[in-house]
Amino acid sequence: MAEEVKLFRTWSSPFALRIVWALKIKGIEYETIFEDLSDKSPSLLQYNPAHKKIPVLVHSGKPIAESYVILEYIDETWKETPLLPEDPYERAMARFWAKFGDDKVLTSIVWGVFIKEGKEQEEAMVEAMKNLWFLEEELRGKKFFGGERIGFVDLALGWLANLINILEDVAGQKIVDEDKFPLLSAWMKDFANSPIIKDNWPPRVQMIAKFRALRDAKLAAAASSK
Amino acid sequence: MAESEIKLLGAWPSPFVMRARIALNIKSIDYEFHQEKLGSKSQLLLESNPVYKKIPVLIHDQKPICESLIIVQYVDEAWSSGPSILPSDPYDRAIARFWAAYIDDKWFPSLSGLAKAQGEEAKKAAMDQVREGFLLLEEAFGKCSKGKDFFGGDRIGYLDIALGCFLGWLRVSEKMNGVKLLDAAKTPGLAGWADKFCGDDAVKDVMPETDKLTEFAKILFQAKANAPPPAN
Repeated sequence: MAEEVKLFRTWSSPFALRIVWALKIKGIEYETIFEDLSDKSPSLLQYNPAHKKIPVLVHSGKPIAESYVILEYIDETWKETPLLPEDPYERAMARFWAKFGDDKVLTSIVWGVFIKEGKEQEEAMVEAMKNLWFLEEELRGKKFFGGERIGFVDLALGWLANLINILEDVAGQKIVDEDKFPLLSAWMKDFANSPIIKDNWPPRVQMIAKFRALRDAKLAAAASSK
Repeated sequence: MAESEIKLLGAWPSPFVMRARIALNIKSIDYEFHQEKLGSKSQLLLESNPVYKKIPVLIHDQKPICESLIIVQYVDEAWSSGPSILPSDPYDRAIARFWAAYIDDKWFPSLSGLAKAQGEEAKKAAMDQVREGFLLLEEAFGKCSKGKDFFGGDRIGYLDIALGCFLGWLRVSEKMNGVKLLDAAKTPGLAGWADKFCGDDAVKDVMPETDKLTEFAKILFQAKANAPPPAN
């Protein structure tokens, strides 16, 4: 029985990239449909009417949306190379740090530090540093957030390993200082160079261009509203 | 097993705390409830949830678990012999998790947006958003319940808990604005579900009465109006 797996994604979305990693780590064959978010396909609108967003996984015709929901579905459906730990407390911790990654780390770095400048950026940095510090503490005694091998939290936070460097280049601002965050810096290198992960990063030149355009647009909007 | 092995830090008006209490009730788990006072945070809370400093926090054998939906899933998995809270089929679980995330990310902010809205236009816009959300959730209810009483089927489950915890505050909003937000004519499934949910054994003792909650809301809004801007 062919179990058709399709992934609706964009070339740059860090949320979709998590799903690519999970599928490849588990050796699941799938078809990719690239979406242009300025011109969404009828399929996407049909599969995710509530949010009209990617990623969407479609398994044997059944759609699943929201990246963490998709990751848990994948882990429960294809049991080889588990992403979440077995112990209920460890699972709760993994879910907690994954959520913290999106709610606090991503928000404070991209929508805080990256799109600001001057005093506003300095203030945003304080918040970002607090959040990164929690991650640094969480890595104590571990190579990956998942322990000896990559797990759910590594995939959830994986965007950091590639995007931080791009954001630092574009904004001209150090965000993850190796001296302040030695464990997190080491993790970023180890994760970025891991098998499968290292072959699936989006093209750097395009990422630089995209984030430069984002920062310019946000700074211009902030300046014109003053 | 000593009761103090399981503590829940919370407050009676909080819908998020209610989620944890309902989950514990479903599994018939005895626990110590530590009521946090409005406007202050206990040392235990600050130590148990240094990241967010928020309730609810479940402390099981001295290990803290934070974030209401994460607590509900933990309770389901740690006490796996009790009645299940999440569905057993992976796709049904994904659908339940999807709508729970929708409720937290989109629907609840529209309800709390209504409380914060200033002026007639803003209030009307907020109410429209709440009602639109209910239309989506009505459809979800139809698909998930498959003709039964609850999102979870015959018994209340994850998605029932995720949405049902807000019914008290919903009624307060309806009362204070003199409107119906959950309309039996437009969303009959949800309207019927709401009554059954509130009457459920695992829910009825932890769902605050609307009058008591309305009084609390007035105190809360007054306190917020009087307070200086919060320091970070």
